[in-house]
Amino acid sequence: MEFFKGVNVDWMGKAKYFVALSLTLLAIGWISILRAHGLRYGIDFTGGTLVYVRFAGPPPIDQIRKGLENAGLHDSSIQGITDISNAGTQNDVVIGLEKKGMEENDESLDAGKQAILDVLHKMFGSDTAGKQDFNSITPSALTAYLTEKDPLSLGVNAGDRYKQLAQQLTNTRDADHGGIVTSFDQLKNAGATQSVLNALSAGFSLGNFTIRDVEIVGPKVGAQLRRQALWATLYALGGMLVYIAIRFEWVYGAAAVIAVFHDVLITLGFFSLFHYEISLTVIAALLTLVGYSMNDTIVIFDRVRENLRLMRRETLPVIVNRSINQTLSRTILTSGLTFLTVLVLFIMGGEVLRAFSFAMVVGVVVGTYSSFGIAAPIVVVWNKYRGQGASIRAGSAADKRVAAEARR
Amino acid sequence: MNSQLKWKFIFIVLVILFCIFGVVGMPSFPTSRAQLKDNLADRIKLGLDLKGGSHLVLQVQVDEAIGQRCDQTVDQLNKQLHEKNIIVGEIRRSSDTQILVLNVDPATSAAFRDLITNQFPDWSMAPAAGQVNGYQLDMKPSVVAALRHDTMDQSLETITRRINALGLTEPTIAFTGRGDNEILVQLPGEGDPTRAKSVIQAGGQLALNRVADDQPYPSEAAALASHGGVLPPGTEIVPGRSEGNSPGQPGQQVYYVLDRAPIVTGQDLRSATTSPSTNYPGQYQVDFKLSTAAAARFGPFTEANVGRRMAIVLDHKVYTAPTINSKIEDSGLIEGNFSQETAQDLALVLRAGALPASIKYLEERTVGPSLGADSIREGVRASIGSLIVVMIFLVIYYRLSGVNAVVALILNLVILVAFMAYAGAVLTLPGIAGVILTIGMGVDSNVLVFERIREELRNGKANASAVELGFDRAFLTIIDTHVTTIVSAIFLFLFGTGPVRGFAVTLVIGLLANVFTSIYVSRAIFDYHLSHMERQAQLSI
Repeated sequence: MEFFKGVNVDWMGKAKYFVALSLTLLAIGWISILRAHGLRYGIDFTGGTLVYVRFAGPPPIDQIRKGLENAGLHDSSIQGITDISNAGTQNDVVIGLEKKGMEENDESLDAGKQAILDVLHKMFGSDTAGKQDFNSITPSALTAYLTEKDPLSLGVNAGDRYKQLAQQLTNTRDADHGGIVTSFDQLKNAGATQSVLNALSAGFSLGNFTIRDVEIVGPKVGAQLRRQALWATLYALGGMLVYIAIRFEWVYGAAAVIAVFHDVLITLGFFSLFHYEISLTVIAALLTLVGYSMNDTIVIFDRVRENLRLMRRETLPVIVNRSINQTLSRTILTSGLTFLTVLVLFIMGGEVLRAFSFAMVVGVVVGTYSSFGIAAPIVVVWNKYRGQGASIRAGSAADKRVAAEARR
Repeated sequence: MNSQLKWKFIFIVLVILFCIFGVVGMPSFPTSRAQLKDNLADRIKLGLDLKGGSHLVLQVQVDEAIGQRCDQTVDQLNKQLHEKNIIVGEIRRSSDTQILVLNVDPATSAAFRDLITNQFPDWSMAPAAGQVNGYQLDMKPSVVAALRHDTMDQSLETITRRINALGLTEPTIAFTGRGDNEILVQLPGEGDPTRAKSVIQAGGQLALNRVADDQPYPSEAAALASHGGVLPPGTEIVPGRSEGNSPGQPGQQVYYVLDRAPIVTGQDLRSATTSPSTNYPGQYQVDFKLSTAAAARFGPFTEANVGRRMAIVLDHKVYTAPTINSKIEDSGLIEGNFSQETAQDLALVLRAGALPASIKYLEERTVGPSLGADSIREGVRASIGSLIVVMIFLVIYYRLSGVNAVVALILNLVILVAFMAYAGAVLTLPGIAGVILTIGMGVDSNVLVFERIREELRNGKANASAVELGFDRAFLTIIDTHVTTIVSAIFLFLFGTGPVRGFAVTLVIGLLANVFTSIYVSRAIFDYHLSHMERQAQLSI
């Protein structure tokens, strides 16, 4: 089976369509950033407090909002999270505090989190009659309780056995029931005998919520991480520019870097359009697609360099067209496969990676067409502008090897 | 099959065996599916975002330690000047690293300068700007740097001791390397870091001082007033705890006038344990024992001060001030409305030693175990999903050669996982995304080679030569494309934090393994296939 036998498209002729497409996407994206939604930065960069809470059923968001207000947390935000990989259940909520003014004052870092937890416990916890909440207990505390009550009548040295049992119970609660157990019978699978269950129901109540995740980032750290992300990106781009300038000519390097820049800008535009947040992992995705887009561009440039030697009498646009056509199969296949894999990640990979995989999905598509739609035309236009014929620096050992093979 | 090919295959099989052992565990080869899962879980280190746990970044307020050294120097200077009869107008600390000495009597200024040069070598002296007969003393930068360094080291050690004493599994305690006096603490499996945080942050400075005035005062002003506005030399005012000594009793803020120099400090402790409180049933107390050297001081002190009160001061607050009823040699107790857990934590902190400077938390992330479990499940699902999608496509598009690519891909992943197990690299959720990217991008290598082979076959080359040309021509391009992605990943590793680093590591290892599998292994499979094929048969690609 072969998709792309004998393709002969005039890519350089069609370059203006690609450039037009890019300009449109850039415009839409950046109007959104500058005028409409703006760019949302994650807590990694802004600092603040985020508490992710899961409830036993759909949570009363308005009630919670009022509760937070009453507790004096006026700059709080609360948002429901729909988990699209879990049949759209909506039991999760994220509560955020901005804390922009938390410069060097004495308030401890987790003051916001404690305030939020207090509100939640008051509204949903069930510390009835001095019972602890089974849904928020840690394995070590559970071990202590079981060892004290000794429901299996194991005597004094049962510490290890109860440690194991506590671990099993909490694992079942967390892995099988998403962190919230609504009835103690659900723990039967964890190896809990009736006497254990009795001991549990005697000492524990079942709260309606569990804390899934807490992120608190101080403002100083936020600024630090912003700086680090910027430096990482600049260094990576610089490193690649140097690498390509060594392997090819500097104009190829410049063209590749411009194409990559264009990819990142369009991806950021899409982030704004679709309300995704930029976190550290998203920066990782951006850097990865920088590398990926470079790959694509290099494959075409490699072929151009080879063809320059083989097709000495053709003009550069013709050579570039031929190179793109020859590598089209590989380009579409690789992009297609990479796109499929990150699409699977986007759909099945869970909330935490959602923004990351979105960046990759957009980036793969844009990064692919930018190689033949943006980078290659830049090289051609530059050469036309300089009035030169096709020229490339011959000198690196790799070039000589390619030339030697071409003569074979 | 020629002998070179045979050696190639033997090498490849050895690599596979090595990897399988790395992944499923050498000592106890698993005999059941459950044990396989256990071994796997043991061998591969999971990051906090997959296992659940707490990640804390704290900053040591090093400037406090420097300021303290400055204060101590002021005290010493006062004493020495007094002893040597050098008269000065005023000594005051003007910053963390500077002391101003003003109005030095010109007659004694030579003696003053000699004193500084000889007895205070850590300080450089210069005339104070705009002050006649004034000097400014600056702590030498090398001394400041050494003090910073020591404070950080001591803080790290103390925090490590405290956390180890809590008995948590495999904590990580280290400098963040991000500069600025930061320490990173990672507590895998700790869904609620509250207790650990309070143990880490506790100052832990214990001191036993004699109480100068037997009665506490309701305010600092009152304390001063009773001495005519000036405290007797060698004393200081220390606040009491504002909580009461039994539950339900509202605390009143009181102030004690204590002797400044402590009889005994936390460093003199030989042990600290807890027991139910004798004076307040239902509460707990901390019992401590002193070292022999300290006991030699404490015994005579208590003997000479029967009937006076002694203050037990913890982190500059008076916890209790019991009356000394008789001579005590080497033991004591601390009470203060402690539950069993808070008493145990205090005993732990006393045993581990005091922190040289206070701690501020800069970052706190806690992934609950249920989120960790979900992340693992979703990550593994997505990985298997993408693997299946790619495998199906390869076989359909490249037929038998597609099978070749699938074998190379699977071996690629096996090597990746094994390498991570052997190297103890941490797998994070973005790391799983890195695995998926390795699948997607790794296939690129095979595609490059296969497309080239197809091209050469179209140009009329024979099977063997088409394969050879395919691999040779694609080799450089494969290297080029891998290098750029690896360069990105290296910068991600250098500048990234935990989960992002996990991503960079998985991606780099995956791509490196990919070079091996897509070039060496795929080629070996092709060569084997070719050597068993008839010359004129068509290569299935």
